[in-house]
Amino acid sequence: MANVDDYVARTEGTCGKEKDVIVTFKYEKKDEAFKKILDKATVKKSIAGIVFELSFKTFSFRLYASGKVIFRGLKDKDELNTLLSELLSVPRK
Amino acid sequence: MLDPYKIREDFPILKRKINGYPLIYFDNAATSQKPREVIEAVKDFYENHNANVHRAVHTLSQEASEMYENAHEEVAKLINADGFEEIVFVRGTTEAINLVAYAWGLRNLGRNDEVIVSLMEHHSNIVPWEIISRLNDFKIKYIEVNDDGTLNYESLENLLSKRTRIVCLSHVSNVTGVVNDIERVAKLAHEHGAFLLVDGAQSVPHLPVNVKKLDADFVAFSGHKMLGPTGIGVLYGKKDVLEKMEPFHGGGEMIREVSYEPSKRRCSIAWNVLPWKFEAGTPNVAGGVGLTAAVRYLKRIGMENVKAHEKALTKYALAQIQKSCKRVNIYGPTDPTAKCGIIPFGIEGLSSHDIALFLDNYGIMVRSGFHCAQPLHEIFKLNSSARASFYVYNTREEIDAFIGVLKEIERF
Repeated sequence: MANVDDYVARTEGTCGKEKDVIVTFKYEKKDEAFKKILDKATVKKSIAGIVFELSFKTFSFRLYASGKVIFRGLKDKDELNTLLSELLSVPRK
Repeated sequence: MLDPYKIREDFPILKRKINGYPLIYFDNAATSQKPREVIEAVKDFYENHNANVHRAVHTLSQEASEMYENAHEEVAKLINADGFEEIVFVRGTTEAINLVAYAWGLRNLGRNDEVIVSLMEHHSNIVPWEIISRLNDFKIKYIEVNDDGTLNYESLENLLSKRTRIVCLSHVSNVTGVVNDIERVAKLAHEHGAFLLVDGAQSVPHLPVNVKKLDADFVAFSGHKMLGPTGIGVLYGKKDVLEKMEPFHGGGEMIREVSYEPSKRRCSIAWNVLPWKFEAGTPNVAGGVGLTAAVRYLKRIGMENVKAHEKALTKYALAQIQKSCKRVNIYGPTDPTAKCGIIPFGIEGLSSHDIALFLDNYGIMVRSGFHCAQPLHEIFKLNSSARASFYVYNTREEIDAFIGVLKEIERF
């Protein structure tokens, strides 16, 4: 399993009823994280390589080329960490 | 009219690129960027004049005191207050409202009293009153907001009574940019013997504000939203009202005398004169100096010009969005004459945070969420909104780029 702290610069719960969580990857790690997540998750939709709507197991989320991911419907921080750890640990295909 | 292209040269941050794109800063309702003049003023203070203010005879303290006092004078002139005594420096709008709630409300509001607050308020003009009401058991009544986001004046008139002690209302909504008729509300409040507190966070930076004309008893605003540094803000209060109020915080600077009386085994205290009575402890002197520079910068442009520029940008943006974007919903009034340079919006099927992240990818900064105004979002039946807000350095070309990206997002 990947060490999430190696990749993540900042995690922020959003303001609003949606209770989304935005994860910003460390600048030097964002490309690596981006590739790993795209390898592991299924792309449902994308626009011009900027935003990808992805699904992984029962989760759906959006990945941005700027190195940010927006997750919704997560129970808590532990679930976020487990999910990120799985997404980031997978070797490239 | 002001020249935004010339103004932009004064703002170093606007040369930045974000994700390879030129920075387009449309989050001015949250905080403004700073011109070089303000940055240099703060730097110059720390490099050449730094000292604690008041009650020291040495040269640096005299210089710092003069600069800090001048800051009060500059702000007083900007809003046409009667003098620096009516200008209390605080950390920002939130602290200014808390000052009134605690220093006046806590001591003067009781079980038979009522406070009137509007449902379009920023949380900072709701929560302090809710906190104090839980302590003193007075009633808070909320002014309704019309479906288009404008204030329901009839609701206000129905709520006012002999029990009303204060009406708390924003001059400009931080979500919709709606401009409230403060003069009308002041007249109504005063007819009922109530004070009027105005949240001027979104008006003082963007419009000519004349406190005498408004006839508000208190006006709260923040330095950082008007080109100044963070951590400095203002509570304007009518002198006779401030004179009658007890202090907010206790400590140094706000007292004239503290004398131990052995017979009573306690200290007798005499408050300092205005505005220092409300400025306990070492104040944010550098912030005051930076705010002076910001006020001078805005005065040089002219507040009428600031207003006209933002109105023109808002009119252009609203027209372009309506013309070019099919899935973008604008919340609140779409008549630019009724509002300031704030446009709340959403795109069907996307959360406000998705919109903000997409725009961020292109170097465009907008805010997403409730903007600390959840009750207004509940009226609009929204989970959140995205918000673009303009200032003196924004241009039509930036709006074109913004709309180009909105069109791209609509494809998602």
